Amino acid sequence: MKGIFHVRGAAEGPVIRLQTPLSFWGGVEAETGRIIDQSQTHHGGLLQGKVLVMPSGRGSSSASSVLAETIRNASGPVAIIMARPDPIITAGAMVARSLYGTICPVVVCPIDGIEDGRMIRISEDGDQAIIEIS
Amino acid sequence: MLNGEAGKAAAFAFEILAGFAGSVGAKGFLDITGSHIDGCLYHGQVSLDFVERLVDLGGRVKVPTTLNVGSIDLIHPEIMLMTREETEPLARLMKAHEELGCMPSFTCAPYQTIFRPRFGEQIAWGESNAIVFANSVIGARTNRYGDFIDLCCAITGRAPAYGLHLDENRRGRILFRLQGLKENAFDLDSLYVAIGLIIGLKSGDRVPVIDGLPSPRDEDQLKALGAASASSGAIGLFHAVGITPEAPTLRDALHGYEPDETIIVAPTDIRDVLTHLSTVPDGTEITAVCLGTPHFSRAEWDRLIPLLRAAEPHAGIPIYVNTGRETYDGLLRDGMLDGCDGYGLRVVTDTCTYLTAIIERLDGTVMTNSGKWAHYAPGNIGVQVGFGSMEDCVASAASGRIVRSA
Repeated sequence: MKGIFHVRGAAEGPVIRLQTPLSFWGGVEAETGRIIDQSQTHHGGLLQGKVLVMPSGRGSSSASSVLAETIRNASGPVAIIMARPDPIITAGAMVARSLYGTICPVVVCPIDGIEDGRMIRISEDGDQAIIEIS
Repeated sequence: MLNGEAGKAAAFAFEILAGFAGSVGAKGFLDITGSHIDGCLYHGQVSLDFVERLVDLGGRVKVPTTLNVGSIDLIHPEIMLMTREETEPLARLMKAHEELGCMPSFTCAPYQTIFRPRFGEQIAWGESNAIVFANSVIGARTNRYGDFIDLCCAITGRAPAYGLHLDENRRGRILFRLQGLKENAFDLDSLYVAIGLIIGLKSGDRVPVIDGLPSPRDEDQLKALGAASASSGAIGLFHAVGITPEAPTLRDALHGYEPDETIIVAPTDIRDVLTHLSTVPDGTEITAVCLGTPHFSRAEWDRLIPLLRAAEPHAGIPIYVNTGRETYDGLLRDGMLDGCDGYGLRVVTDTCTYLTAIIERLDGTVMTNSGKWAHYAPGNIGVQVGFGSMEDCVASAASGRIVRSA
C-alpha cells in the first residue's frame, strides 16, 4: 500500500487502531503515552512503540506539544497513519524531529484495511510512503 | 530562508513552518504584520526546549509580537499555590519568550491593548478567543494557529497562505437566524454567551453568520460570544449582520451566495444552553467567584467596581478577576481599586484561574460570568460551576450562594 508522507521516515511496530479521532491534548497523558480519552475503545492503552492508526487528529493545538513531549520521552507512537491530514499532528512530529532528531513518520492514506494488532512497516520510496502489513 | 541567509533560528522555524504548510495544502506564504504567541503555557519539557533552541540560535521575532497567558502570575507570585521549584520552569518559559523579543503582555485579550491590529491586517495569532475576536470583530486575518507554529510565523515574519487569510474562505456558510426574542427576555450578557455556545456547537468548520443579534452594548459582549464559540466548537471567524465589519448586510456576510444551511435559534434554545452551563441549582453555596475569562477590559472593570461598592460583599467569598498587566497598571494609576480591600477581590494577572493552581478551594462551586470558564473549569480543575451575569456574580458573592437579580 502507498501513502503520502507529511513527516518522512521509516518505522515498524504493531498497530493500535482507533475508530474515532484522538486529541493528544486531554486524550493522552504526556508522561506515559497512555490514552486517557474515556470515549476511546483503547482507553488505558499505551502508545509506546505502536503505529497509531486513526481517521484524523482532533481538538486543541496544544495536541502538538503533547505529541512532541511523548516522542521526546519515548512514550509516544513510532509512527502515525491517518486517513485525513492533520496539521497539528504534523507540527508536533516535526518539532520533535527538529529538536531531538527522533523521527515519528506521519503518513496519510486510506486506513480501512488496517486492523488492530497487525505489524506494520513503513519505508520510503522517494516522496511516497510504502506500507507493508504482515 | 531554509539556507540560513535570514539566520539560523529563522531556518529552523521555516523548516517546521514549511512542513505545516504542506500539511494544510497552502500554496505559498504571505507576509504578516504581527503575531500573538500561545506558547507560555507549560506542557512539558518540550515547551521549554523549543523556545530555548530558538534563543540559542539567536532568534528574534521579525514582527511585533505579544504573548498570551503563562502558567503563573509573575506580578502576584504569592497567590500561586506551588513551590518555588515547581514554578521555576514555568517562569523560565515566559522569560525565554521575552528573550526572543516578544512583548511581555501575558494576556489573552491582546486586542484590547495598544497592540490591537487593524482591519485587513494579515497576522498569525494563537489563543482561540483572540483569534475569533481579531477575525470577527476587527476584521484582521489569521488562521487558528497554536503551539510552535505561531512562534515559527513570528520568527520568520510569514504565514502559510491558506484558510482565513484568503477572501474566499471568509464567506459565511451557515446562517443562524434569531427569532422570537422579546426585549428583556434575557440578560444580554448571557444571551451573547449562549449564542456563542450554539454557533460553536453547530457550525463545524463552516463560517457562521448570525442574523438578528441585538446591538451590543460594547465589544466585550462580542468578546464573550467569540470566546464561548471557540470553547464549544472551533470557530475562527463569525459574522454578525449589521454589527461586525465584514457583514454590513446579510448578502455581504454570505458573499452573495446562499447559505449551505439555515438554523433557527428560538428563545427555548437559548434557555437550554444557559441552563446546561451551570452544573448546580440556584441557591447552592459557592466557594469563589471567577471573572475575567478572557481577561477583563477596563470597561468591564468600570462596570464591576460600582457593583462591588454597592453590594459591599463581606461573606468571605474570594472574587478572582483575571486581567492583563496593562489594564491592571491603569487601575492602580487611577486609584480604581482604592477602598475595595474588604470585598474579597483578588486580581490575577499574566495567567487565568482555570489553568493553574490559584483557587484555594476546589471542592465547591465557583460562580462565573464567562461561558469559556464555565465550559473548561469542570474538566481542568474539577470544580462545580454556576453561570450568571456579572450582577448575579456580585450578588452571589455577597450572599454566599447562587442568587439571581432577575
